[in-house]
Amino acid sequence: MSNILEVKNVVKQYGDYTALNNVSLQVPKGSIYGLLGPNGAGKTSLIRIINQITMPDSGTVFLDGEQLRPEHVQHIGYMPEERGLYKTMKVGEQALYLAQLKGLSKAEAKKQLDYWFDRLEIQGWWNKKIQELSKGMAQKIQFVVTVLHKPKLLIFDEPFSGFDPVNANLIKDEILELKKQGSTIIFSTHRMESVEELCDDIALIHRSNKLIEGKLHDVKKEYRTNSFQVGIMTSNVEGLMYQLTQKFTVGQTSFKTLNDDLKLEVQIGDSSPNELLNILTQMGQVTHFVEKIPSVNDIFIQTVSDK
Amino acid sequence: MSVLSLIIKREFVAKVRNKSFIVMTFLSPLLMVGLVAFVAYLSTMKSDVKEIAIHDESNLFVKEFKNSDEYHYLDRSNVDLKVLKDSIMAEKYEAVLYIPKVDDNKELSKKIQYISNDSPSLSYIDDLESIIAQKLTKSNFEKANLDTLAIRNAEAQVDISLAKASGEETVKGLNEIKIFIGAAFGYLIMMFIIIYGNMVMRSVIEEKTNRIIEIIISSVKPFKLMLGKIIGTSLAGVLQFVIWALLGGILLFVASVFLGINIGTSPSMSPEMMATANEGISGNMQLYVNEFRNLPIVTLLVSFIVYFIGGYFLYSSIYAAIGAAVDNETDSQQFLLPIILPLMLGVYVGFFSVLNDPHGTVATVFSFIPLTSPIVMLMRIPFGVPWWQIVVSLVLLFGTFFLVVWFASKIYRIGILMYGKKPTWKELYKWLKY
Repeated sequence: MSNILEVKNVVKQYGDYTALNNVSLQVPKGSIYGLLGPNGAGKTSLIRIINQITMPDSGTVFLDGEQLRPEHVQHIGYMPEERGLYKTMKVGEQALYLAQLKGLSKAEAKKQLDYWFDRLEIQGWWNKKIQELSKGMAQKIQFVVTVLHKPKLLIFDEPFSGFDPVNANLIKDEILELKKQGSTIIFSTHRMESVEELCDDIALIHRSNKLIEGKLHDVKKEYRTNSFQVGIMTSNVEGLMYQLTQKFTVGQTSFKTLNDDLKLEVQIGDSSPNELLNILTQMGQVTHFVEKIPSVNDIFIQTVSDK
Repeated sequence: MSVLSLIIKREFVAKVRNKSFIVMTFLSPLLMVGLVAFVAYLSTMKSDVKEIAIHDESNLFVKEFKNSDEYHYLDRSNVDLKVLKDSIMAEKYEAVLYIPKVDDNKELSKKIQYISNDSPSLSYIDDLESIIAQKLTKSNFEKANLDTLAIRNAEAQVDISLAKASGEETVKGLNEIKIFIGAAFGYLIMMFIIIYGNMVMRSVIEEKTNRIIEIIISSVKPFKLMLGKIIGTSLAGVLQFVIWALLGGILLFVASVFLGINIGTSPSMSPEMMATANEGISGNMQLYVNEFRNLPIVTLLVSFIVYFIGGYFLYSSIYAAIGAAVDNETDSQQFLLPIILPLMLGVYVGFFSVLNDPHGTVATVFSFIPLTSPIVMLMRIPFGVPWWQIVVSLVLLFGTFFLVVWFASKIYRIGILMYGKKPTWKELYKWLKY
């Protein structure tokens, strides 16, 4: 699968401060790509470069194989973290204006707008001013404005902040639908649960450097600790603990089960899970046996605090 | 439609639909005309008559004071001065003019008193003094046995008429016309820059505080946005000015017809005076018209438009840059001072130096400096300015204009994405290098 977006060795400095230090990224076509990083890591700087709001000091960006040109703005939809619309302008006019700025004809913009207003069931809002709408309603408009021109690449900066759970879910479904239709979506966020749920690929930026990039699956594999969460019903706790500690590192843990069992976290290192399982089955009844998969959150915190 | 025209259209529509814009557009001429009519009405009202008691012990002057609309003179030479003073305290009279009986005219001239609780206007005292002085002079002549009639006949009146070397006759007061036209154009440019430059700045700040700016500039170049904003706002401004001119004209006409107020002619002129004045004017009218025709009208209009565009764009791009650099209007004050200063300077130089000496060094220099030239040069043009000076001044103006727009758009580009703090001059300088 080819890449819709390639960022190559991008450097951006503001005076003495380096916002992006030789950052390269590859965003596969049709994926949902999570751009992660703590506040001030350089995510917004990178997104602004992709949107051609600012220029990199060095390095290049390719969209769909072509070096970024001013015309490419039509193919990108961007929803900034700081949401904003003209407060005193009517919803419909505003959306038309913004779509026309992206290169749509007025008729085409109108058609798309009708489609989206229908879909999100907000037909009655056309003549309302943004200042008359609630924050959540304004966010919906913001979303429509972002996707109206059917961009190949969508960039959402913290897309779910400000939405209530119902609307957040609605927007999530719309994003998945857009992905199905062939759009590529970049999320910039530090809300890890949404990354876990939606992203195929992730990249982690910290202090102006890219630290991790790859398929979410592969990244998790790389960060696995070979730990298992174990639940066991046994009468001989001391014997079990003795046997386990001979071979593995054992710790207490907690998870939810229906049994009143002993809950352990066992790190098996290079050994095979079967060895652990053998010991367990000899000593009692196994009620729970799961490999502990690192969450994105764990990876994030581990990586960020390591450096 | 191109992106630029889209932006211009939006800015124009947003300005024109704005409630305060509509109110201002239609209310201002009404207020202005109302004010003029009110003032005109007030000046037609008779003020209270003030009674002046004259205590003339010499009995020489009492007949000389003639009643006017404002002052009535009462002969109270028989009443004791002390009683008169008391009645001033009781506010029966405005004042008492006390003329003692002194035989020596020289001494008398120093002993006359005006006794009042209010301080009279200087011009009124001047009037009184000249009445008494005339009478005293006459009495001096008589004492010296001089023929007063012969002296009066011997007095000469001089009226120097103005002419140009080319042989055309010209009229006094023409300079006033030239000054008026030049000043009106210069002032118009200054007002336009301040009003609509501010509007540009506010609209930039609005986009910044609304945070929509980031969405817009992910679609268009900041420079185009800035340009569109300036043009759109100025179109709204031109529309407003045209409406003001039309409405103001109509209202002024209506007011003068219905209220019967002669706006422009002084109500204190007596009919005879009007007649003589009219005679003088109609005699000179042809000259005025000729002179008016000889004014460089075409040059004036063309250069008004050119200087208007140059000056307005120069200043409004600075306004836009300031709007981009700050987060709210209160923070803009410290950056606005350097804009207002040259504008004020232009107007003052125009009024004080151009009017005295249109082609003097000060006036010439300031009509070259780009920040003041749109105002000062326009004031000079009615007096006839050599072509090369206009060309040099325009080249300088537009050269600076491109330079400033370039700087402003750099600050604008960086500034619109900087939230939450008020930059210092030093930081602005740093932005130029990003």
